[in-house]
Amino acid sequence: MPHWGMVIDLDRCVACQACSAACRAENNVSFAGPEETALGRAIYWQEVLAEVDGEYPNVRGTFIPRPCMHCENPPCVRVCPVGATYQNEEGLVLQRYERCIGCRYCMVACPYAVRYFNWRAPEWAEGMERYQNPDVPIRPKGVVEKCTFCTHRLPVPACNQACPGNARFFGDLEDPDSVVSQLARSPRAFRLLEDLGTEPKVYYLREGA
Amino acid sequence: MNKDDKEAVLFKPVEKTGRGFYLVVAGLVLILAWAAYAYSRQIVDGLDVTGLNRPVYWGLYITNFVFFIGISHAGTLVSAILRVFGAEWRRPITRAAEAITVFALVLGTGNIMIDMGRPDRLLNIIRYGRFQSPLVWDVTSLTVYLTASLTYLYLPLIPDLAILRDRPGLSPWRRWLYTKLSIGWQGTEEQKHRLERLIGIMAVLIIPIAVSVHTVVSWVFAMTVQPMWHSTIFGPYFVIGAIFSGIATLIIVMVILRRAFNLYAYITDQHFSNLGLLLMIFAFLWAYFTFSEYLTEFYGNEPAGMRVLFAKLVEEFSLMFWAMWLFNFILPFILLSNRRTRTVTGTVVTSILVNVGMWLERYNIVVPTLTRPRLPSPITSYTPTWVEWSVLVGSFAVFAMLYVLFSKLFPIVSIWEVREGEEIAAGGVVAGHHAEAGAD
Repeated sequence: MPHWGMVIDLDRCVACQACSAACRAENNVSFAGPEETALGRAIYWQEVLAEVDGEYPNVRGTFIPRPCMHCENPPCVRVCPVGATYQNEEGLVLQRYERCIGCRYCMVACPYAVRYFNWRAPEWAEGMERYQNPDVPIRPKGVVEKCTFCTHRLPVPACNQACPGNARFFGDLEDPDSVVSQLARSPRAFRLLEDLGTEPKVYYLREGA
Repeated sequence: MNKDDKEAVLFKPVEKTGRGFYLVVAGLVLILAWAAYAYSRQIVDGLDVTGLNRPVYWGLYITNFVFFIGISHAGTLVSAILRVFGAEWRRPITRAAEAITVFALVLGTGNIMIDMGRPDRLLNIIRYGRFQSPLVWDVTSLTVYLTASLTYLYLPLIPDLAILRDRPGLSPWRRWLYTKLSIGWQGTEEQKHRLERLIGIMAVLIIPIAVSVHTVVSWVFAMTVQPMWHSTIFGPYFVIGAIFSGIATLIIVMVILRRAFNLYAYITDQHFSNLGLLLMIFAFLWAYFTFSEYLTEFYGNEPAGMRVLFAKLVEEFSLMFWAMWLFNFILPFILLSNRRTRTVTGTVVTSILVNVGMWLERYNIVVPTLTRPRLPSPITSYTPTWVEWSVLVGSFAVFAMLYVLFSKLFPIVSIWEVREGEEIAAGGVVAGHHAEAGAD
């Protein structure tokens, strides 16, 4: 049974957000529009985090593509009152949309803020419903959703496939010969918020190689 | 004034309905209708109608939930703790306090259900409940507490129901109601003995249940890893805060009941003075816990926590934070430590301030942490909408309505317990109960 993990090389990433766009298209993520987005309601299973430090001209921009970490010790699974959020045998943290009661405790517990809520019934722009992916369920109003590592189209998640810079890798972390295993052992490898004990399975390769 | 004249005032709200009742009920119905309309918009459009967002996933509803569960500790304190310690002055106010507990629990659980994205799936908690989840601990302990409180409200009501059942001039449905609910109470020695024992057991049991309730409510926050939530002090902190806001609510309810039902012979200035002192003690306890919490966070200098700390101390939450200190500690200390201001009015004003301050305290716990997530976030603010405010106002209206209806059906002052207290004070011996030094 593979134990899935992802590696993202920050030296190759140009923050084009093709990964974010491909994810939304693949997974039938509903449209938000400018007003809803300004209110903080947009859904981005895969989001590129941007941070700018320093004052001009000594500025440093950091861009980190952030899917769900699919933690080995997921805080979200621990707190879900009904087991709508669960971890499967392949190490993926998944969501049972039909069971979710919309309490949002999992969202509150996640330190990476990778979870999204359907504040209203999902909407698509006129005509865009024709492009929905039949392999992925449409989530109803009032439930939580997030990145699934494209469990329906493994072993290549949509974000990885779309990346034009070949910055993303995916595979079995328990196979010592897989690309992700080798890269995860690289001295450039790090994970987000490592000291929280969540054991995320998304590794990043530091810039500046 | 002979006993019947004095006691007449206890029966009057139940037996006579004046214009005031209809006016109050009409006003409350209007507010409730508006709140129901607001909630209906949420049913139709989803939680989109609130100001909640990512990362502020929880806001007013959860604040209200913690606030009302906190208030529910009023009943437990007065009825149970004072009873266990033999404080006789609890007798006229014990039922009013227990009613606060039951109705506050209703509003607490109501606000949680309003916060859910899928309230139609509420039963999933029973079908699929996971004991590892602090929310399930919450549901469990709240269910136990609500059941125990209802029992603890009902048991001492039985002798009064029998008194009402035997009153002349009752309408047929009322006689039927009181007969059914008084389950054959005749006031025999054996019945009285059994009732005293049952009430005594409930009084002792309900104290740890109440402590567990607000502890697990705090653990919903403390069991996450979020900055300024993940604190070991939360359990006792929330319990102290709950009893604090409970006493304040009890004082407010008492002054309203006293005025509305002319209960000056039973709810005396001494009650307010005693409860005012208790309120001040809890103001100090609250201040101690809050200061410990914030000083520890500050000295730790841990970045994620410091961002939240400064959001509260000097940034956009500072007005609410310092108002909270003013209302919960500074003003109560000034007003209650001085005997000249520890009057009925002073105590009531302080109680209102404390209730506002404690609501602010709950808001200050829930929201600031969520506005400062560890990873960069485009949104860092929360503005509640009219729907959320309407639900808050509606919650108070539901509370008031339940109270008004309760005191229309049942005597809000426990007649038999007050009679028993007077007999004890006169040196008599009552079944299962002896005259105690320490009465009043």
